[in-house]
Amino acid sequence: MDAALFYTFAAITLAGALATVTRRNPVHCALGLIFSLLGVAGLFLLQAAELLFAVQILLYVGGVMVLFLFVIMLIHLEQAARLRQYSRQWPVALAALFAVFLEIYVLAQSGLPGLPPSPQPRLNAGGNTERIADSLFYVYALPFEAASLLLLIAIVGAVWLARKKEQPQ
Amino acid sequence: MQFNNLFSILPAAVLALFGCVLLLLRFDSSRPYLIFLAFAELLAAIGLWRQTDFLGFTGFRGAILIDPFGIAFNAICLVAGLICAVGAYRYMEREDEDHPEFYGLILLAQSGMYLMNSGTELITVFIGLEITAVSFYSLTGFLRSNPRSSEAALKYLLLGAFSSGLLLYGFSILYGLSGSTHYLNIASMLATRNSRDPLILMAILPIVLGLLFKIAAAPLHMWAPDAYEGAPTPVTAYLATASKAAGFALLLRLILGPLHDLRPAWEGLITFAAIASLTVGNLAAITQSSTKRLLAYSSIGHVGYILLGLVAGNKTGIEAMLLYLLVYTLMTTGAFLLLSALDREGVTDFRGLLYRHPGVALLMILLLLSLAGLPPTAGFVAKYMIFLSLVQARQYWVAVIAALYVAVSLYYYFRIIREMLHNPDDSPATLTISTGWRAAVGLTAILSLGLGLNPEPVLAWARSALR
Repeated sequence: MDAALFYTFAAITLAGALATVTRRNPVHCALGLIFSLLGVAGLFLLQAAELLFAVQILLYVGGVMVLFLFVIMLIHLEQAARLRQYSRQWPVALAALFAVFLEIYVLAQSGLPGLPPSPQPRLNAGGNTERIADSLFYVYALPFEAASLLLLIAIVGAVWLARKKEQPQ
Repeated sequence: MQFNNLFSILPAAVLALFGCVLLLLRFDSSRPYLIFLAFAELLAAIGLWRQTDFLGFTGFRGAILIDPFGIAFNAICLVAGLICAVGAYRYMEREDEDHPEFYGLILLAQSGMYLMNSGTELITVFIGLEITAVSFYSLTGFLRSNPRSSEAALKYLLLGAFSSGLLLYGFSILYGLSGSTHYLNIASMLATRNSRDPLILMAILPIVLGLLFKIAAAPLHMWAPDAYEGAPTPVTAYLATASKAAGFALLLRLILGPLHDLRPAWEGLITFAAIASLTVGNLAAITQSSTKRLLAYSSIGHVGYILLGLVAGNKTGIEAMLLYLLVYTLMTTGAFLLLSALDREGVTDFRGLLYRHPGVALLMILLLLSLAGLPPTAGFVAKYMIFLSLVQARQYWVAVIAALYVAVSLYYYFRIIREMLHNPDDSPATLTISTGWRAAVGLTAILSLGLGLNPEPVLAWARSALR
């Protein structure tokens, strides 16, 4: 049962991702992205990470809605459909893809010796939400807070670069 | 515990706080911003100085370590930030972009560098690196009305994002191998592995490549000349020194810490990058007609020399790297700031400078001699230490190749000096000089000479940083 569910969600994730990069219509791409993210949410649920599942759906559905708005507002759909879809660098991308597959193959061959024991998915041991809070606010408190500074700088930088220069009065 | 935590990031917190406050200020002149920035740097310096009494303290469960190494690199970044900001304000006024955001972003970038220099945990150093990088993307494109500045920012952003992804990929594999993001735990988990393990190579390759990008070493240097040329010149000075120093701190902490016993896995890559940087930097600099681009390529060459300290790998080598980074920071900020005073950037625009502005020309000659590594300047001492470490490690061939490139670099540095000695043109480049610029460039030039005449203090400083 678990395996069947896993493959279903994994297939949804992959199919959505493929649709995102191969469709010509940006709206279809955004729809594909939603499916891909939903598949990931399902995979989280299989790992008994209910909070991550809920957050994934809440945040990303909101995020993709904003993406839809941008697509409709900023992109001329007819023009976008006529643009060349792949740049001339596609052989490089293919080579990179090949490298990744080679890597996976080598890893599978080596049987991954000497890895640290993987943590068992703890079903409600101490509570899912509490464990996430524990790593965010205790174990990784500094990077978590520093990330907010990073986002602030990114916003300031983006606003600065996007704003037109004030005309002298 | 609580005190430890706050104390361990005090300089970064001060810098970030003052940087954020600067974003909110509005004054008619840029002087108040500068005073504000200098005050923040002073407080950060006091924080760093206080830390010397608390060596070995950790904060945030081992995410930050207070040690002489981190303090030394933070001092380099602090000096670079202060010099660039103080020397920049007349340039920003001339470009009509003297806004508080400029100084705020300089401070914020520096707070990210603090995390890179002192962090001993993968996520912390990565966030620090991104804070630095994102600040620099905005600073590079700060001249909004100048298309070259925007182009440089875009190129830097795209390639920077790519290299960050590469680095993060390596970090994730390292985490998968060790089950921890803390350097100490990673070191103990990797202790049982040998350096021919494909998993180890898969982790080390992207990490080292990503960091080589951040320090602008060949073969990942392509972004550097464009970004350096398009960025406002004081930002170039800051980008070429402080950001590189922090990248080196991160690289050294990883490579001499958890990855030290896996030396065969990264040695070849580092040696190749060092030789390639020397080659690309020095040969490409010969043909440049823009001084800014010439200095950009020469800075790639200097990265090659600094990496040679790691190729030697002994104690002298690491000391030499630290010394070289300090000296490089002084002379490179000085040279770029001096260039920022001129309204044109071609090599030929230096023509006749010696007759029109003898003081400025002498400062430039001093800085160029130091960059070329001629005695009695500090650049010579730094190069000497690098060669000494190579000879001690019996890497004679590498030393010979590096020495040949010193001769090449003499040629292009002396091209600028020769132009200065020529008779003046009809339409000379004009200079805009401020008091702060005089102080900043004067200090770098005097230190470039003084530390060459009496290198003992910096040698002792480099030695004490590696205790």
